[in-house]
Amino acid sequence: MTRLAVAKTYKLFIGGAFPRSESGRTYPVASPGGDFLANAAKASRKDARDAVVAARGAVPGWSGATAYNRGQILYRVAEMLEGRRAQFVEEVRAARGVSAQQAGDTVDASIDRWVWYAGWADKYAQVVGGSNPVAGPYFNLSVPEPTGVVAIVAPQESPLLGLVNVVAPAIVSGNAVVVIASERHPLPAMSLAEVIATSDMPKGVVNVLTGSAAEIAPWLASHADVDGIDLTGAGALDWVDLEIAAVDTLTRVMRPSPLEDAVAPSLERIVSWTEVKTVWHTRSLR
Amino acid sequence: MTFLDYAPAPESTAILDLKSEYGLFIDGEFVDGDGGSFATISPATEKHITTVQSASAADVDRAVAAARRAFEGPWSRLSGSDRGKYLFRIARLVQERARELAVAESLDNGKPIRESRDVDVPLVAAWFFYYAGWADKLEHAGVGSAPRPLGVAGQVIPWNFPLLMLAWKIAPALAAGNAVVLKPAETTPLTALLFAEILQQADFPPGVVNIVTGAGDTGSALVTHPGVDKVAFTGSTAVGRAIAKQVAGSSKRLTLELGGKAANIVFDDAPVDQAVEGIVNGIFFNQGHVCCAGSRLLVQESVHDEVIEKLKRRMATLRVGDPLDKNTDIGAINSAAQLERIRALSAIGEQEGAERWSPACDLPENGFWFAPTIFTGVDTSHRIARDEIFGPVLSVLTFRTPAEAISKANNTPYGLSAGIWSDKGSKILAVANELRAGVVWANTFNRFDPASPFGGYKESGYGREGGRHGLAAYLASTAGAAVVQTEQATKPKKGRTT
Amino acid sequence: MTDTSHSPDGALARPFDGPATDAALRRFLDGLPGVDAVGLEQRAATIGTRSIKSSSKAAALDAVLSLIDLTTLEGADTRGRVRSLVSKAITPDPSDPSVPRVAAVCVYNDMVHHAVEALGAHHAGSGGDIAVAAVATAFPSGRASLAVKLQDTADAVAAGADEIDMVIDRGAFLSGRFGQVYDEIVAIKNACRRSDGGHAHLKVILETGELSTYDNVRKASWLAILAGGDFIKTSTGKVAPAATLPVTLLMLEVVRDWHLGTGQRIGVKPAGGIRTSKDAIKYLVAVAETAGEEWIAPTLFRFGASSLLDDVLMQKQKLTSGHYSGPDYVTVV
Repeated sequence: MTRLAVAKTYKLFIGGAFPRSESGRTYPVASPGGDFLANAAKASRKDARDAVVAARGAVPGWSGATAYNRGQILYRVAEMLEGRRAQFVEEVRAARGVSAQQAGDTVDASIDRWVWYAGWADKYAQVVGGSNPVAGPYFNLSVPEPTGVVAIVAPQESPLLGLVNVVAPAIVSGNAVVVIASERHPLPAMSLAEVIATSDMPKGVVNVLTGSAAEIAPWLASHADVDGIDLTGAGALDWVDLEIAAVDTLTRVMRPSPLEDAVAPSLERIVSWTEVKTVWHTRSLR
Repeated sequence: MTFLDYAPAPESTAILDLKSEYGLFIDGEFVDGDGGSFATISPATEKHITTVQSASAADVDRAVAAARRAFEGPWSRLSGSDRGKYLFRIARLVQERARELAVAESLDNGKPIRESRDVDVPLVAAWFFYYAGWADKLEHAGVGSAPRPLGVAGQVIPWNFPLLMLAWKIAPALAAGNAVVLKPAETTPLTALLFAEILQQADFPPGVVNIVTGAGDTGSALVTHPGVDKVAFTGSTAVGRAIAKQVAGSSKRLTLELGGKAANIVFDDAPVDQAVEGIVNGIFFNQGHVCCAGSRLLVQESVHDEVIEKLKRRMATLRVGDPLDKNTDIGAINSAAQLERIRALSAIGEQEGAERWSPACDLPENGFWFAPTIFTGVDTSHRIARDEIFGPVLSVLTFRTPAEAISKANNTPYGLSAGIWSDKGSKILAVANELRAGVVWANTFNRFDPASPFGGYKESGYGREGGRHGLAAYLASTAGAAVVQTEQATKPKKGRTT
Repeated sequence: MTDTSHSPDGALARPFDGPATDAALRRFLDGLPGVDAVGLEQRAATIGTRSIKSSSKAAALDAVLSLIDLTTLEGADTRGRVRSLVSKAITPDPSDPSVPRVAAVCVYNDMVHHAVEALGAHHAGSGGDIAVAAVATAFPSGRASLAVKLQDTADAVAAGADEIDMVIDRGAFLSGRFGQVYDEIVAIKNACRRSDGGHAHLKVILETGELSTYDNVRKASWLAILAGGDFIKTSTGKVAPAATLPVTLLMLEVVRDWHLGTGQRIGVKPAGGIRTSKDAIKYLVAVAETAGEEWIAPTLFRFGASSLLDDVLMQKQKLTSGHYSGPDYVTVV
């Protein structure tokens, strides 16, 4: 007699907790072959609002942590990804209908990518910032700082590597994110959320919503407390309207990119979610 | 007569040789446009200076076409070092004609000659010198090993630092290899037109820089022109927001330098006399027509009375009047419209219960004038603590602890600049770290340098001008050839990267 | 001269009270606001851009003349040299009797009686308008015992000096012995008493070039005023840098603050290195815009200078005649 499997319920990830959508809605997630995989929570605008509140609350602590500490916490996430490698391979395989070999390659690339970004935590500021030789008796230094709360529409067709490649560069500098997972393939994102929840990442740094990007993204784009919006995975949406909504409060916008760019490692992605601050101080022996 | 009634010491305008009218500068020539003309006046006397053209959409189209031809033609065939040499030529010509440019700027803008002579024009030359040297070193600009220019840059600049803002825009754009169409502000076109003459003296290839004068419609035609690849704007947040909407969904790259409501924080351990100078320089420099002006003074309660008493004494020595007088500290308000806005917001400050004070000063009868003014007893909820006044009006608030200072300083949608006054290094660094502002001046204020990035957080805009960061705003990275092809094939794609 | 000395029973509170120990003085002086050097120098530079023309310039030149301590402080000074100096003080420009006289002549201790004799009825002590200032206290180094310094001072006062320019012990100041510096100034001030009950005015030379930092200048200025100095003076003229505009500006800020706090007006004397009218006028601008115009008076501001007078005279001649003058048209000392 075969054992009856225990099915997993997928929920949202907001402020370190896994709530259902306040709307009570779910939607079925299927494999490319049409097999039912699970019900995913269908987030509402209120869930998006709660996620922004959670993200904002996480910014001071996370951006105020030492870069070394952020790098270690990100590396810890990679360690735990590696530990759950088999689960992710299975989820990617199921979601994408690819071979176990191909799914394994994707998971390995995702873990390695996470490690790559983790290593930037205490280096990007040195590469991007520096002292400026001004013509006067001043010490003058430019340093990049995190933009704040970044909303992300994750790539639709690369549910794990694409997700890693938009989330990691945003949080490594100290931003907190609200990410809308791939609508059709949301399950790897929720498993990544489980990894993050059990790592040392402070609550609210990463918040994951599943559901309709077309429904949620406008609320995030127009939200006054969102500082940046990454439309990398929004190419199929009415993203021009999202950009227009975002600039009402001068929210920083990254326009949609093709998949090969979306999954490429990029220091520029880190820099895009930072603001350069330049500090002057007088200098004298007298 | 008291000693402080310094006799008039006017700078001579004889050095200026202005034409009675100026055309649009397109493709290396001054040409007639078809949008009519308008007068530019001196805000200090309301007297006519010269007549300039109002560029129509068709004129803008001609200018963009000229820039495109130059970009795809002679300009892109030049080596980086030759491009740099053109910029060095500009720097030298600006230095040679410095006094003339300073006089023209003060005449057209109303700013004191002391500032145009000692700040604006020297910085203009410095800006071109700095970026000239970048032209053959672009691979070190931090955007990949083979960065390329974006194409045609459409640039719209404000009236507060007319020639300096032109330099901030044109120098990095040209160093990076772009061609430019620039629109100076409606009330201050004069020095941009003199700059066009300098381009002719420098024997610039036609079309590399085009200058179209006009008002908002001209600017709108420029930023929405499909032939423009890069839009750079400095001005109000309202207009910046409108431009951002206009370019949304396009492939245009955008940098915005917008408004501000900077906190100037004076701690109880500040070098008080220098802090007072910094407060004065922070809000009365250029009549307060400065986006990064220190318009909110946050002073620790324990030193509030001492600081305000000293500030008032110092303000009593400020000389308001003829911008061309070498002893003038505060010149004319740039326009009747701006004067009206300053008056309206100041009236609101009084209605809301803040205490208004200005030193006794005789303002000239003609022209647009506003005495240096401070409001004490301002609360965070007052409009004069929140709205950008863009005039010589300071709002004074108090705080008790460093945490409260930071909290009040950051309590604004803007985030351009801030000041910190203290003798305690650790506190300065910690506060600087917490302030959400793109430029933080510690024990100084309103300092600018071409090597130093400048730009805002939040609604003060995005992108940086100055330094390597300012150069990157005019370059596209070439991470790999495949990316370039993709980018061309799938426009629109990337948004801002600076 | 109006009396600007401290009134011990004045109603206004002294900023510092109690025993003048090193520790107590250090606590007080360390509590003063710091000085940001860059900001101070920038303010001074801006003051230097004031353009003083036509009628303002004429008035400023006359003011400068009336504020000069015409000085000779050379090892080679003789009675003849001092008489020549005094003669020029009395008649700065023989071709123009309307030219104002200088405030004082400043000489070494042993030259005081020559100066007094040469001045005759012009001497302030005899109802005239020119004072005799004597440098004392082992000028310029100050490296002598207190007894010698007191004797030096008493000798000069006895010889008819109206003003004593003392030096502080910079070594003691820099090693934190503020009490010693204070006590010495108090003692010298006592030695300035004359037999008639009045006292010679005390100018305290800080030798700012040796104090090195602006914070030290500010502290030394306060210390000198607390101890009873009537004037604070930048330099001996024997150490470079001597007077600078930023240092003088800073000292003007101190006397302004002292006045705001106590109601008492203390004088300031930049000395050494001010050679041109243009430079001197910058100092006047600093005085007017910092302490206030009432400080542009011989009782409250002096220039310690030797060659400045000639340049001012040439500038005045230019204003009068419309053409440039030359050194042969002013008298040598």
